[in-house]
Amino acid sequence: MTKTRDLTGTSKGYRMLSVSILVVLVLFFLFPLYWIITGSFKDRIEITARQPIWFPLSPTVENYTKLFDNPAFLWLFNIIFISFAAMVLTCITASLAGYALGKKRFIGRGVLFTIIICAMALPKQVIVIPLAQEMTLFFHLNDTLWAVILPTVGWPFGVFLMKQFSENIPSEILEAARVDGAGELRTFTSVVFPMIKPGIGALAIFTFVNTWNDYFLQLVMLTSDTKWTLPLAIANMQGEMSTDYGLIMAGAALASVPIITVFVAFQKYFTQGIAMGAVKG
Amino acid sequence: MAHTSAAAAAGHKPKKSKQSPHSGMSKALIRRETISAYCFLLPSLLFFVTFVVVPMFICVFYSFTEYGLGGVKGFAGLDNYLKLFQDPIFHRGFLNTVLIVAVAVPTVTAFSLWVSSAIYKMHAIPRSFFRCVFYLPVVTGSVAITVVWKWILDPYNGILNQVAGTTGFDWLGNQRTAIWFIILILFTTSIGQPIVLYVAALGNVDQSLVEAAQVDGATKLQVFWKIKWPQIMPTTLYVMVITTINSFQCFALIQLLTKGGPLNSTMTIMYQVYDTAYRLNDLGYACAIGVVLAIIIAIFSAIQFKLAKTDD
Repeated sequence: MTKTRDLTGTSKGYRMLSVSILVVLVLFFLFPLYWIITGSFKDRIEITARQPIWFPLSPTVENYTKLFDNPAFLWLFNIIFISFAAMVLTCITASLAGYALGKKRFIGRGVLFTIIICAMALPKQVIVIPLAQEMTLFFHLNDTLWAVILPTVGWPFGVFLMKQFSENIPSEILEAARVDGAGELRTFTSVVFPMIKPGIGALAIFTFVNTWNDYFLQLVMLTSDTKWTLPLAIANMQGEMSTDYGLIMAGAALASVPIITVFVAFQKYFTQGIAMGAVKG
Repeated sequence: MAHTSAAAAAGHKPKKSKQSPHSGMSKALIRRETISAYCFLLPSLLFFVTFVVVPMFICVFYSFTEYGLGGVKGFAGLDNYLKLFQDPIFHRGFLNTVLIVAVAVPTVTAFSLWVSSAIYKMHAIPRSFFRCVFYLPVVTGSVAITVVWKWILDPYNGILNQVAGTTGFDWLGNQRTAIWFIILILFTTSIGQPIVLYVAALGNVDQSLVEAAQVDGATKLQVFWKIKWPQIMPTTLYVMVITTINSFQCFALIQLLTKGGPLNSTMTIMYQVYDTAYRLNDLGYACAIGVVLAIIIAIFSAIQFKLAKTDD
């Protein structure tokens, strides 16, 4: 009987402990978001109170009115446009390239794959200084949304992820398509694409979230306030009016609630995709 | 389009050769495959070369020049790199970066593994709930999370001091505490992805081996170390590498909370690149720091791969 105790008996006390630790952690991880949302409805007196106010006692929308005195909708549009465009372009280019790397045997494949792996470890920020100049001098895209979108598409993580997915396609199916007379492009659109769809879904959400959060690139590339993104605008407001936390929380709520909604809605798709793509390493 | 060019290429060279390293494939077929592969790769490579490879080479080039506000002033040889060795800010930044990585990587890895083992056997709904909650700081966004923490840690209006009864204490303005709060916030934004990965990896562990070991009287701990741990090793390696890269690159936190201060106590190599380039306008030197940062990250990743390999 001692043996069964070992297997199940001790785990009961341990499970109680681990569940209670998990609950505490959940509260800790939810708190910042709770604080953003409740904070955005607090009036100035509650925001600057010297004792804890856990819930807005006299909820107000004055922070949001103040926020929309600025071009907040434009900032929101900018970040949605940037993230969406980067997402679409990345999904198209990465799925094409990932398929070639995963399923085709061609000259230079090994070298190319090594370069891509190495580039993934490269700190993005290191290349941002020359990148900003390239945008200004060569493409004349400085201070436009494209200056953030295009470099994001160049980032090779998507290619790596899509290669992992494409490798699972059985070669026989591709061969059969060829025998049936399907051209390369036709094979891709009607055979490969449906099979790597879950991967593309994961990549889409991943790119969207990461582009939204790539504060450094936005900070360096976007200078005039009509080109700012919402996260960048919050950061800049925080610098200027360091004490108006109500306004800043309203901005943070506006910036985070849409993306959290997107994430929660597609959560299953996303977690499965990322795990499937990465574990195969 | 890809198809026609590939077919034309195949038509020109019908000669067969068996010496090719790609066993069982004719030279013509390889050529055909190569051409069509590069057609598929072209859009992606265009972006990759223009916005990653070219800037990288320019960065290395600038690191050997003296480059201030007025543009490149001249060739500087190794001056920028030699300057690094005598720069106390770089020394401080280097030590802080190493501290952040040395604390964040093991804690994130161990903690996410613990959370994942606690939740991976749960029913689908509580499991996705927990996974979602721990991923929330990532999706909320670095800027939103950072500004709310700034408010939480505010000396007078912040909830932390109000609850702890330490009114007026400036956690981020204190040389000793500032970096630990940076690490704490970085930690909360880093464990989301590792948990997703570990939950999947633990779910894939071969159950028949686990059962066999249990029948033989192995304890839970033995089952974990002898059976599960080796099987989730690739995931552990991946988690360590991405956490290392993320910790090296943590930027928004430092820029918005401390700007590297007080007295450089939260200065990191990453932040120094930005500060040198955009506040001090010394682009040549900034690029040199960036190149060194890239090399350091490469070394760290290589070491982790080595360690994980010898562990087997």
